[in-house]
Amino acid sequence: MMNLFVLQLLNGLQLGVLLFLIAAGLTLVFGIMDVVNLAHGVLYMVGAYFIATFAALTGSFWLGLLLTLPAAVAVGLILEIVVIRRLYNRSHLDQVLATFGLVMIANETVKIVWGTSPLSVPLPELLSGAVPLMGPLQYPVYRLAIIATGLAVAGGLYVLINHTRIGMLLRAGATNRAMVSALGIDIGKLFAVVFTLGAVLACGAGAIVAPILSVDSGMGESVLILTFVVVVIGGIGSIRGAFLGAILVAVVDTMGGVFGPILLRSVLEPAAAGQIGRMLAPMLIYILMAALLCVKPQGLFGGRG
Amino acid sequence: MTLTQQLVATTALTLGFATAVAAQDVPISAQDDVLKIGLVLTLSGPAAALGEQARNGFMLAAERMGDMGGVPTEITIVDDEQRPDLASDKARELVQRDNVDFVVGTIFSNILTAIYQPVTESGTILISPNAGPSNFAGAGCNPNFFATSYQNDQNHEVMGAYAETQGYKNVFLLAPNYQAGQDSLAGFKHSYTGAVAGEVFTELGQLDFSSELAQIAAYQPDALFAFMPGGMGVNLVKQFDQAGLGALPFLSAFTVDETTLPATQDAAVGLMGGANWAPDLDNAANADFVAAYIEKYNAVPGSYAMHGYDAAQLIDSAVRKVGGNLTDRDALHAALKAADFTSPRGDFSFGVNNFPVQDFYLVEAVKREDGLYGTSIKEKIFDDYVDTYAASCTMK
Repeated sequence: MMNLFVLQLLNGLQLGVLLFLIAAGLTLVFGIMDVVNLAHGVLYMVGAYFIATFAALTGSFWLGLLLTLPAAVAVGLILEIVVIRRLYNRSHLDQVLATFGLVMIANETVKIVWGTSPLSVPLPELLSGAVPLMGPLQYPVYRLAIIATGLAVAGGLYVLINHTRIGMLLRAGATNRAMVSALGIDIGKLFAVVFTLGAVLACGAGAIVAPILSVDSGMGESVLILTFVVVVIGGIGSIRGAFLGAILVAVVDTMGGVFGPILLRSVLEPAAAGQIGRMLAPMLIYILMAALLCVKPQGLFGGRG
Repeated sequence: MTLTQQLVATTALTLGFATAVAAQDVPISAQDDVLKIGLVLTLSGPAAALGEQARNGFMLAAERMGDMGGVPTEITIVDDEQRPDLASDKARELVQRDNVDFVVGTIFSNILTAIYQPVTESGTILISPNAGPSNFAGAGCNPNFFATSYQNDQNHEVMGAYAETQGYKNVFLLAPNYQAGQDSLAGFKHSYTGAVAGEVFTELGQLDFSSELAQIAAYQPDALFAFMPGGMGVNLVKQFDQAGLGALPFLSAFTVDETTLPATQDAAVGLMGGANWAPDLDNAANADFVAAYIEKYNAVPGSYAMHGYDAAQLIDSAVRKVGGNLTDRDALHAALKAADFTSPRGDFSFGVNNFPVQDFYLVEAVKREDGLYGTSIKEKIFDDYVDTYAASCTMK
């Protein structure tokens, strides 16, 4: 049971940093620009398709990853200029409508361009295989690499947000947008930077997860809801909150998914225990969110008054 | 009402009834001189590869034969999109509007259930190139339904028997939580008597198996048995390999086959499966089929392709036997039941429920001499194996 606990903790951490990469962009866009972007999951999906294409073209995962990043910047900028920019002064309902439309357009476009069959991305040779953990246990190197990458990005964002000029503007923007623009900051440019940064993080998350999952057109939606939960728990606009929220949600989700059915199996049939356990695990997250919102209505680190 | 009137009325009624019955017994489709066949297969979505194989196998046979059974042949191909509602509508169209003589389908059991009644009740012959749910093999069997594949449970029973002979005492079971998943574990346990280390049902369509693999690693079972068709199987095999569990025996059915091997490649080599055939089964008809398929489609055929090929051979043999006259339904049923063709799988005959009586093998995923990936026969597990539901079929 101890072994299972350790493995699941690592799995939770891996899912957590992945959620963090997606949630970081979402919380910034939501917190600073006040835009509800349902299409954020699309960027995650597009990142996965990009690396699948580029890795196949160049024959190398690393070259593929290198090409995915500028492509992600381009997608972020184009999306901001063509669609998102027009939504800043609209109501949340309009934003939801427009970005939901984007989701449907993107999913269909992906099907037309890449076909309906899932694509797969080969693991980079360097990171394949598993490392021995305690006793007979092993853990895939690639998943450890995802954890390391996520932690490194989190560290980088921490420095960016807390020790640079642009970070100062971002923090100021999240707290009081009107005051920032009153002080003569070009808020339009700031928004473009924020949105593109978020897009690159989400595309990057899609790209690094592609080798362990298969790439298909519905993958964005499956993470979007979890990401929103992370943002709400962490506090809208807070990167630190997104990080803690992501780890919390992921660990509760992976632990609940395994230990729930195990506990239930002692009283129920396996099929029924599996079914109820699977229903219970995602419920745990929402119970956690509801409980937290009772105590702290603005989330863990919600900044806006 | 006078006696005469009564007599006339009764006669008219009886006559009317008789024509109605006759009309049902001999479908309109049988009365023209064209052989029309409709294929209902899953040709889009994550499982498209399975339907494509069945279609390719059928078309390969059709092209080699030309006019099937010596009658001018028209073939219509329909994509069911793995949606039961759509499949049911399309099957009705084929039967009522296009007047097809044969419907060949489907890949998925839930789709077969949707088209079963509309097709068989019209008197049209339905031939399944894959799906073989237990109800249609048992009490729900029908003289208008034939399967060139297997009954769903059988491949899992093969693996249960293999686990038994290997002396595995503690097996971890993994399947998606839907009817076929539950059937598969039941099938495995039908011939396996050892202990179960863990029995996990995942969500259908789940792609990240990290939690399940963590449990497998923690429980240290003797072996893993998995049923994860299509894309799920691709991910499970890749992640199983990445998790460093390679030393654990991996038994499966419909998980490691010619539809998933192009994606999993080396990660799946050495994994064991249960099957009624493999591309390297040693007989002349099989060598001929596999070589022709690889030449035409540049891919190794899986069992789906072989069943499609046999469905075409079955139609051809039966139509030839009745001399192209499809109006005598009893003769047609008898001709189909005779299964007078040479299957690439060797021994083949129909049991009482129109499901095949055939041999089953343990197969292993290998990299072939031509550089492609495929399964390979390891040993025969069951000889002339009859499914467990045949006994409850009372064919009317």
